[in-house]
Amino acid sequence: MKKPKVKVDVIEASSKKSKNNSRRKFIKLGGLGIAGSSFLLYGCNEDDLFDPGGERERPQPQPEPDPDPEVFDLGSGDVGILNYAYALEQLEAAFYTQVRAGGYYAGAPQEEKDLFDDLYNHEVIHRDFFKVAITAAAGEENTLPDLEFDVSSIDFDSRDSVLATAMALEDTGVGAYNGAGDRIADATYLTLAGKIVSVEARHASAIRSLINPDSADFAGDDIIDENGLDLAYDPSEVFEIAGGFISTDFTADNLPEPMTGA
Amino acid sequence: MSIIKLLDEFSSEKLTARHSSRREMFNTLGSFGKKAAAAAIPFGLATSGKARAATAAFFQENSAVSALQLALTLEYLEAEFYIKALDSGVIPGGSRAEKVYMQISKHETAHVDFLKAGLEGAGATPVESPTFDFTAGGAFDPFNENNTGQETAYAQLLALAQAFEDTGVRAYKGQAANLMGTAFLEPALQIHSVEARHASEIRRIRGLEGWITLDNRGEGMPEATQAVYDGEANVTQGGVDLTTLSYADPIIGDLTEAVTQAFDEPITAETATAIAGLFIVDEG
Repeated sequence: MKKPKVKVDVIEASSKKSKNNSRRKFIKLGGLGIAGSSFLLYGCNEDDLFDPGGERERPQPQPEPDPDPEVFDLGSGDVGILNYAYALEQLEAAFYTQVRAGGYYAGAPQEEKDLFDDLYNHEVIHRDFFKVAITAAAGEENTLPDLEFDVSSIDFDSRDSVLATAMALEDTGVGAYNGAGDRIADATYLTLAGKIVSVEARHASAIRSLINPDSADFAGDDIIDENGLDLAYDPSEVFEIAGGFISTDFTADNLPEPMTGA
Repeated sequence: MSIIKLLDEFSSEKLTARHSSRREMFNTLGSFGKKAAAAAIPFGLATSGKARAATAAFFQENSAVSALQLALTLEYLEAEFYIKALDSGVIPGGSRAEKVYMQISKHETAHVDFLKAGLEGAGATPVESPTFDFTAGGAFDPFNENNTGQETAYAQLLALAQAFEDTGVRAYKGQAANLMGTAFLEPALQIHSVEARHASEIRRIRGLEGWITLDNRGEGMPEATQAVYDGEANVTQGGVDLTTLSYADPIIGDLTEAVTQAFDEPITAETATAIAGLFIVDEG
C-alpha cells in the first residue's frame, strides 16, 4: 500500500550543486525510512568554503561536532514534526501572499479573490500559530527560523500556473499531515494536526473544483485510491515535491519514524 | 453490536466494570489475544509489531476497535445515503452534482468495505448496518419518496450530504487519538481528509465556502443540523487564543471568522452517535 521508503537522491545531487551555488535550495534528509537511524551524513561541508559571511566559527558544545552548525535541523520527536508542519505552512503562506500580489489575482473574479483571501488567511494563521506553539513548547532556538522561498518558477499572472501550484501545495499538505500522524507521540498534537489537515483538504478540494468544476476531480482518482484513502506522504516525498521552493537550508535528520511502521 | 452498545464502550465505567458481564468479558478479554495479534496487520499492512505493554494494549486496542466501529456506522450511513440519492431520480442527470455524488458514493462504499475488512483482520466482528431512515421521521424527504417535490427534495438531499460529510470530518478527528499507536491511525486519517474533500465540494455546490465559519451551519441548512456545527467557533488552539495573536502578515476581513475557518473541530463519539441516531430506526 505504501511506497517503499528510499533515500532521497535529490540530497546528494543538491549537495554537489551547492558547490557551485551555496545559496541554492536544498533540503537534506537523513534517517528517513532506514531502520530509525540517521544514516545520511550531512554532505555539504564544502559549503563552508563559500560562506561569504564567515560566520561559521561558532563553538559547538557537542562532543561530536555538528557537521554544519549553521543549518537548522527540524529536530526530533513531536517538535520535529511540528517544525516540519511549520515549514510547509510557511511555504503555503508565502505562496498565497505572492498570489495576492500577482496579476492573476488582480484580474480574478470576486469569487476567486475571496477564495484566495481565505486560503491566504488560513495559512498565515496556521503558520503563525505554529511559530507560537513551537516556541512555547521547545524554545526559540528549537523553532524553525523564517524560511526564504524561491517561487520564480510560478507565473503569478497566470490562472493556470497559480491554480496548479495551489493544488500541488494543498494536496502535498494533506499527504504530509496524513503521513505524519503516526509519527506524533502526543495526542494533543495529533488532534491539532487533525484540525488543520481537514482544512487543507477542504482547500485542495476547492482548488481542484475551481480547475475543473464539472467533474470528480475534487477527490479524483489521481489522489484517492481504490479503498477511498487519501494521500499519505513520508517527509522525504514531501520535500521532493516542496523542496524546490525552499531556499533556506535546513535538515530533517532526526524526524521520528512511524510508530507502527505502517 | 448495536450502536448503543458501541456508545457504551466509550464509557470508562464500562471498561473497568467489564468483568461483571461474562458476555462482555468474552467480547473483550476473550478475543484480546486474537485482536492483539491481528491488530498488527489490521489493514493488510506489514507492521513493525512493536511490543506494547499488555495492559496498555488492552485499552488501546479496545478503544481503537470502538473507534472503528463508530466509523463504520457512519460510513454505512453515508454509503446508503449516496446510493439511494443516486437511485432517487432527484439529482439532475448529467449534472455536476450527479458526478460528485457518484464519486462520493464510490468512496463511502469503499470505506465500508475497508473498515469491515480492517475490523475482521483485527479479530473484531464489524457492527451490522443499522436500518436508516433518511427522512429522520418525516422531517426530510431527500429522495422525494413522499412527493415533497423535486426542488425541495434536491435541496434537502444536498443539505443532508453536507451535514453527513461535515459530521464525518469531525467524528474521525475525534477518534484519531483512540487509534494512536495502531496501524489503524494512518488509514483513518486518510479517510478523514477524503471526507473533508467531500464536505468542501458539497458545500460549494450548495453555494457556500468549502470551510466552516464560526459555528454557522450555512444558508439553507435545516436547524436540525446545527448539532453538526456546534463547537466549530472555537478560537483557542493549543492554549493560544488565536484572535489575540499578532500576525506577521495582515489578516483580510474578520479575524475571528478566519481563525475559526482555519481549524476544524472534533466531536466526541457521543455527539457523532447522537447525530447519526437521528437517521437510525433500527440498530442493526
